[in-house]
This record gives sequence, structure tokens and C-alpha cells, in this order.
Amino acid sequence: MPLSDEDVREILRIIDESGVSELRIDTEGFSLHVVKGERRLDATAPTHTPRPRDPEPTISEQQPADGVVTIPAPMLGTFYRAEAPGKPPFVEVGSTVEPDTIVCIIEVMKMMNSVPAGVSGTVAAVVADNAQLVEYGQPLFRVEPA
Amino acid sequence: MKRIKRVFVANRGEIALRIVSACEELGIESVVGASEADMQGLAARRADRTVCIGPGPAAQSYLRDDVVVQAALGTGCDAIHPGYGFLSESPKLAARAQESGITFVGPPAEVIELSGDKLRAREEAMRAGVPVLPGQEVSSDAETRNVADTIGYPLLVKAAGGGGGRGIKLARDADELASLLTLARSEAGAAFGDDRVYLERFVANARHIEVQIAADEHGAVVHLGERDCSVQRRYQKVIEESPAPGVEPATRNALTAAAVAFARAIGYRNLGTVEFVVDADTGEHFFLEINCRIQVEHPVTEAVTGRDLVALQLHIADGEPLGFTQEEVVFDGHAIECRLNAEDVAHGFMPSPGTLSLFSVRELLQLRVDTHLCAGAVIPPYYDSLMAKLIAHAEGREATIDVLLEALEELDVEGVETNRTLLISVLGHDDFRRGAVTTDWLERAIV
Repeated sequence: MPLSDEDVREILRIIDESGVSELRIDTEGFSLHVVKGERRLDATAPTHTPRPRDPEPTISEQQPADGVVTIPAPMLGTFYRAEAPGKPPFVEVGSTVEPDTIVCIIEVMKMMNSVPAGVSGTVAAVVADNAQLVEYGQPLFRVEPA
Repeated sequence: MKRIKRVFVANRGEIALRIVSACEELGIESVVGASEADMQGLAARRADRTVCIGPGPAAQSYLRDDVVVQAALGTGCDAIHPGYGFLSESPKLAARAQESGITFVGPPAEVIELSGDKLRAREEAMRAGVPVLPGQEVSSDAETRNVADTIGYPLLVKAAGGGGGRGIKLARDADELASLLTLARSEAGAAFGDDRVYLERFVANARHIEVQIAADEHGAVVHLGERDCSVQRRYQKVIEESPAPGVEPATRNALTAAAVAFARAIGYRNLGTVEFVVDADTGEHFFLEINCRIQVEHPVTEAVTGRDLVALQLHIADGEPLGFTQEEVVFDGHAIECRLNAEDVAHGFMPSPGTLSLFSVRELLQLRVDTHLCAGAVIPPYYDSLMAKLIAHAEGREATIDVLLEALEELDVEGVETNRTLLISVLGHDDFRRGAVTTDWLERAIV
């Protein structure tokens, strides 16, 4: 979908009038990332510090190194690294991934949900345990972006 | 507890905390399934374990029966307590839990299904000899006219899949009925996945009185008295009390007997509430519906009976007998609950989410406070606006009202708008203090 200058101005106007501070649109053949104003994350941070509660050991023990991206669990379920028992894992440490590369399966009541990497790069670590329950948002993999 | 050792709490807010507390009292473990927005909440922090079941919007977290059962299985829970709202009356969750070998704390899936179909529940009530309001399902226009003429105006259009005050419309005459019927059907279809509607007689001077029942797995059914929930706005309860003021002993006995008979007839299990509309002019009572869950207002019954209803739910689900007879249920004093909501009364009761900069309720001897909030807590925009339930229990009704008034006057709350002032004016109003108000009273009084 080719965009004219006018389209871009229209999009910016709509974003400007909305309460949105950052927007990312990714569709086929079109990618838009807009950040409104200066990046001042402090301004939107909550005024109180949430008390941390017993995080999963896999989360707390492996802090991401600079520049490393996390692939979080898109849903709660059982984490499977391979399509079936005995099959090779979808990815290993060192595997190259593209945004649509399937990296694992999360099972929710017999429904197998394929999880794409959502990022390009090299798998640096697998941080969730195979066949275990993962929570929504729990880190599954660390990826060094390409 | 024999079988149940770990309970999955499939809810949030004050009721999640209430269930966690009941588990602590019973010496069993609790696992809270929280959305991303509730991971810092009191229930999540107090439970033995908390798992994040999804993002904030309920459709992606608290309403996902598949995720809830998977989370319960994955955390080694042997029971699921659904609380109220969300999936509490989902036959799908009950069935799914059972198929996975997990005890559902509530009635069997078939009973929930029957109760959710308000037309079937009406039929069952009639069969059990419990009076229902004149009414009937309508599908064609001609049928609608005939049924409406028989019932008389004004009348209510109700969704068969509705309940809990949702899916109800008032038609004052034939024109109004004709104009809202199509809308009622499409709304019912969209909201409940069931576009059947029925017409029912409208009781102008109505009181909402409900009976708490408890049924074990061994055939025992008892009632734990009634609650008057006539102070409502748009069919949503604001203040509830027990005993119901100004109800003759004969009416009370008829209501409780009808509730027990109905529960028996449908093979009810666990705790439930049978709702009635009582005609304030004639004293007649009519069955409305049965709610297959713990009610928001259960603490007023706990106060006057001295029984822990959430613990009782878990005991029954564990297969234990009730452990008491009807004669052993005794009532003491008067209890009133009011619901403190984060809403902007002056602007159409708009929900008022935000961060509580200040929130503190004074401790009073005859006051119980059920809340999941404290200063610094965030009220997320995704859920209902209930902040706290204040429950007073004293010797008489007047004294009980005064305890609540004192608590509300001394309440410190900043950061969000609340209905505190509305609650104070209701509790202090002559009509309310005199006793029975009807279900349309609040909306007339606040205009």
C-alpha cells in the first residue's frame, strides 16, 4: 500500500490528537514506528514502587545482557521446545531466527499454539524449562538481535 | 479437608482475597491466577503462589476457561474456586475442571446450565410448586402481542440467557415493546450468545429478597435466611441486609421453604442464592432466578448466622456433609452491607479508575471491611468498580445503620471518585431508615 505525503501527515495528525505516546504498526509491506515528543519514560512510571513478589527463578537468575531481547510467553500454558517428544527442538542456542520463525509450542488444554520469535537474531539462551507451566509474559528465550 | 489440598482462585479483587483467607483458615494452599494488571494486588501477594494468566482485559485472562484449567493443572491444584462474576457461572469451566480431575467449587455443570437458562429455571420452579411471575417466551410478533396483552403493561422483556440484572428492558406500552424487541433480541444474542427473550409481568412496587441456600453431596439442603437487596440502581445492588426489614414471619417462611424446595427439585449442590421479587403491596412472592455462586453480599449472612460461607463451599466441594441441621441455623442481630465503588456519581456513575493516594477505613467494633485495596493501590480500568464492602453487624437495624454511617463519614479516600456520599445519603434517608424501600426507590430518590 503506497503512502502519499498526505497520508503520512493524516496519520501523524490522528496520533497527535490521540493520547497515544508511542505507536508501532507492522503489516505486510508496511512498517511504521512513531514516538511522540521526547522519550521520558519516568513521567509515565507509577508513583509507587510495586513490591516485587517471588519471581520464577528462571527470570531472576538470568538478567538479560545489554541489547539482548526477550521472547516472552504470549499466553499461560505448557511450554514445549519441540513439535513432539523425541523430535528435535524448534531452536537451540545459536539458531538464527526471523520474526516468523516458530520457536516453541505452548499448550493450553490440548490446543497447541505455535509461538513465533517476533524478532530477527540469534538465540542466546533458552530460559524456560521444557514441558513446564509458563505464565503469561514469562521469558522463554533471549535473542541477540541481528 | 480430605481431598482438597490446594485451591486455584480464578478471580480477582476482594473475593480473591476472601477465598485466599478461607484457605489459610482451613490450612490448605491457594494459588491465585491473576491478570497482568493484578499481579501486584493483595490477593496475588498473599496467596501461596500466583501465576499470571494473561493481560489485563478480562476476555484474555479471567474469562479464559481453558487457561484457568491449564493453570490449575500446571500448579498442582485439586480444586478451582471461581468466586463471583467472570467464569463463576460458566458450565464450560465446571465441565472442563471435572474432565481434568479437578473439583469445581460450585454446583455440577448441568445445574449451572439449567440455572443460566432463565426460561428453563422458570419451568422448573413452576414444577416444584414455586410461584413465578406470569410470563412466556415470545418469538413471533403476533405471539408477542398476545402474550403482552395477557400479562398487561408495563412489562419486562428479559433475555433467557441473562440474569444478574443484565438483559432486562421495561416496556410501558405496545409501541414501546414493538420498538425495543428487535434491539433486545440482538443485544441478547451478542451478550449471551442466546437471542431468546421472554416477557414477564412487571411488579411496580417490588422488593428484591433472596434466600441463601446450602446443599451438600448427600442430599441435605438448608437455608441460611434471606437478604433484602432492594436498594438498586439499574438492577445492580448497592446496599444489602439481613434480615429483610418489615417482612412478616409467614412470608419469610414461605420464601425460605420455596428456595429449599426449588434447590431440591433441580438437584442443587453447594451454595446458591434463590432470588425472589416480593410485591410490596400484596406481599406475594415470585421466583426470579437462582445464582450458582457465592454472592457479593454473602457477608451479611455470615454476620447474622456466624458461619463462614466460603469455607462451607470448600467443605461441601470436598464431599463433606453440611454438619448442621436447619434447626441449628440461628440468626443473631441485624447486618447491612454497602458497596463502596470507584465511580463518579455526578457524571452518570462513570467508573473512576486510578491510583489511590489515600485509603483507610476506621476500625470499628461492629464493622467488617472486605477490600483488596490500600493506599498506593491501582484500580485498573478493566474490571468492575467495587473497592470495598463495609458490613456492619449490631443488635438492631437502627444501630447497624449508625455503624455504617460512622464508618463512611470517617473514611479516608483520595485519588478516585467514589459513591461514598450517595451511600451516606441513602443510609441517612428517612425512607430507608423506616425500613422497606422498593427496587425503583434509589433511582427516583437520586434524580
